[in-house]
Amino acid sequence: MKTESRLEKVLHAGHFAVTAECGPPKGSDGDVVLRKGKHLLGCVDAVNVTDNQTAIVRMSSVAACSILKSMGHDPILQMVTRDRNRIALQSDLFGAFALGIRNVLCLTGDHQSFGNQKQAAAVFDLDSIQLLRTVRDMREAGTIIGGEAIEASPRMFIGAAANPFADPVGWRANRLAKKVEAGANFIQTQCIFNLDRFREYMKQAHDRGLTEKVSILAGITPFKSAAMARYMATKVAGMDVPEDLITRMAAIPKENQADEGIKIAVETIEQVREIPGVRGIHLMAIEWEEKVPQILKVAGLDERPQP
Amino acid sequence: MIVAECKPIDEIRRMIDRYSSILLVGCDSCVAECAAGGHRETQLLGAALRLSYQKDEKTPIITEACLDRQCVDDFIEGIAHQVPEHEAVLSLGCGAGVQALARVYTDKPIIPALDTLFIGETEVRGVWQENCLGCGQCKLGYFGAVCPVTRCSKRLMNGPCGGSMDGRCEVNPEILCGWQLIIDRLEALGELDRLNEYVPPVDWSTSHSGGPRRVVREDQKP
Repeated sequence: MKTESRLEKVLHAGHFAVTAECGPPKGSDGDVVLRKGKHLLGCVDAVNVTDNQTAIVRMSSVAACSILKSMGHDPILQMVTRDRNRIALQSDLFGAFALGIRNVLCLTGDHQSFGNQKQAAAVFDLDSIQLLRTVRDMREAGTIIGGEAIEASPRMFIGAAANPFADPVGWRANRLAKKVEAGANFIQTQCIFNLDRFREYMKQAHDRGLTEKVSILAGITPFKSAAMARYMATKVAGMDVPEDLITRMAAIPKENQADEGIKIAVETIEQVREIPGVRGIHLMAIEWEEKVPQILKVAGLDERPQP
Repeated sequence: MIVAECKPIDEIRRMIDRYSSILLVGCDSCVAECAAGGHRETQLLGAALRLSYQKDEKTPIITEACLDRQCVDDFIEGIAHQVPEHEAVLSLGCGAGVQALARVYTDKPIIPALDTLFIGETEVRGVWQENCLGCGQCKLGYFGAVCPVTRCSKRLMNGPCGGSMDGRCEVNPEILCGWQLIIDRLEALGELDRLNEYVPPVDWSTSHSGGPRRVVREDQKP
């Protein structure tokens, strides 16, 4: 065990892990975080808190993580390199650890042109792989970038994202290998809809020995409607939604589409559990956190281990 | 070369309307290559301004001139006889040209007619591509002569992000994915192994992050 993270304990004990996503509010109301967190309490091992996702200004992920921590969650702090340079990122890592946060997910982040501050300066001082290495070096060597020693280094369980469906396809396993090499302990993948392609990706990861070194959690997102399925297929970068899923959603009367979306999510969970190397799921029910317990119950994953 | 574009006439007018005589000064180097501020564009802008003022029944004196290079003193002196006869100078040079004129002609307002965009190349006639940010530490040798700092929208140094699709960038399908270009070229050269190595954080102190840069070479001084 490298850290005090509950997620690490669950994975270390060989359990199939469940994480879920919690998007902070567009404002300063901490009760929103408490409310969303309540839906997830007891039914997930850890909760990801997104960092101004799609470059839309929201409550800081450190603050929202701290609120979730106070109510008994094991938060995963998402950190993007888009908005903060290495001084701010390292400083926030110190602060996050002091607040009891024990997991961090290192990301580059969506480009600011997607969000509501399109005129913002892009920082991108580090990339996600350099951030991974930075968090790892803090934990393993007790140093910051440049090698200077620090007192009381943050000891974080370190995660990274992976998109099995982006181009260049041949490069994806290399990128995963680089992330593992740089210090990733766990991986949360992009939303999986195309299971054939995901199986192929996992095979490549397995063949390169990567599944031995890193815990891969498969990304699951339930569709709320056929319109959402179509939107994700056409408008969201790096997403692969097969046409037959869209057709399946569209064939259902509107009032029942949400149930069908959940059904598809549960089927996907059942299928990814069979894939060698998949150590858990990461449930991204976007602005639909209240459905997480139901999805997990149907999937038979609602009873979480007490490590 | 430096790539620039002419500002809209309205914006130029807002800056020069207060003057009754204006000397337009083109630059026959980079901005001529990108068809923004060379001899030809200077004549065209002069004509457009005259027309615009005519509509408002105004008749400021507008004179056109063009220098071979607006960022070097030896050339800048070429308009020394015309500058005093005008209230202001409207420069069709890049940002460096505008500021060089201001350094030489200390008592004259120098107004930019162009928006300076980037260091780039003429890819084909009518298409200019940004390909250098002047970071001060050229690493093109490791990336198949495609710059990740410039050609990747997120300046990623360790490979493509999850938004690369069909060779296009997630920011805008008009933008080619710089990492796809890097990988394709290194693959063609049989040097893909260069990308396996971890690239540490970039030292931005040699870029503009370190403050305005200046090169001083004693061997070149007069």
